[in-house]
Amino acid sequence: MNTEPVIDGPESLLDGIDRQIILATQSGLPLEPQPYHAIARQVGVTPEEVMARMRRMLATGMIRRIGAVPNHYALGYKANGMTVWDVPDEKVDELGERIGALDFVSHCYQRPRHLPEWPYNFFAMVHGHDKPEVEAQVSQIAELLGDADRGHEILYSTRILKKTGLRIGG
Amino acid sequence: MDELDRAIINDLQGGLPISEHPFGEVAARFNIPEQELIARIASLLENKVLSRFGPMYHAERLGGSLSLAAMKIPAEDFERVAGIVNAMPEVAHNYARDHILSMWFVLATETPQAHAEALKKIERETGYPVYDMPKIKEYFVGLKLTA
Repeated sequence: MNTEPVIDGPESLLDGIDRQIILATQSGLPLEPQPYHAIARQVGVTPEEVMARMRRMLATGMIRRIGAVPNHYALGYKANGMTVWDVPDEKVDELGERIGALDFVSHCYQRPRHLPEWPYNFFAMVHGHDKPEVEAQVSQIAELLGDADRGHEILYSTRILKKTGLRIGG
Repeated sequence: MDELDRAIINDLQGGLPISEHPFGEVAARFNIPEQELIARIASLLENKVLSRFGPMYHAERLGGSLSLAAMKIPAEDFERVAGIVNAMPEVAHNYARDHILSMWFVLATETPQAHAEALKKIERETGYPVYDMPKIKEYFVGLKLTA
């Protein structure tokens, strides 16, 4: 069995067994009473080892969480807005933390601009049942940004073309 | 989807335990048999109320590269380009959005080099430039939706 480390650098904590666990679970957890035992049989290690390794990946943030990922649309969140903002670079970190703390923001990032066409360096994903709800959320963000809001847009998703989550090769 | 399904979705966004009988533990909280919980999750997946059930891996912490990218695709060419982009295993998500930059996708690769190659391949096969927007900083990722 290959147990060579697959990643270099300070977080070089994954070995071949971790990698096999990731491969076995990235499309989903087995839906049976003892899912970690099923993974263990597939990988060829004990269930205790699978659970210990997955707990470690959870503790170190390699796994964000294990659970259900709902389809926003199916739950009635029909208005999913990617809000994009042009915020002065020197202010984006402080404001990003504050906006990320708002309870309707699901993802919040600083990204590069593509000038002149794309002046936006700050992204916040917001979710509402309809567009007025999203627009109210955007007003709240704009108020929090104040003068730092040098322009913004809301890009609504009109269709999910693909949603499979992370995949690594076999 | 009934009230119990909604309660299960709300609960399981928070996380399944890592234990001998994780579904049994959660089922006990709802006073239902383990098999019923498993069957309900399977049915929610089947009906696409859930898009996934399992571990959410953090690509960068696994050493991989994750990036958001966008393209300006005219409506008449949209389906062809979506077919090419969706067919790539490196593309984790792809959304149509109401903007001149009309297609937005997430590229997840194991290395920065694979990322650059995937972008080049998309540009070559579709004939459109890709606006690559890898994150510079992550401020928050999370949120529970109320079912």
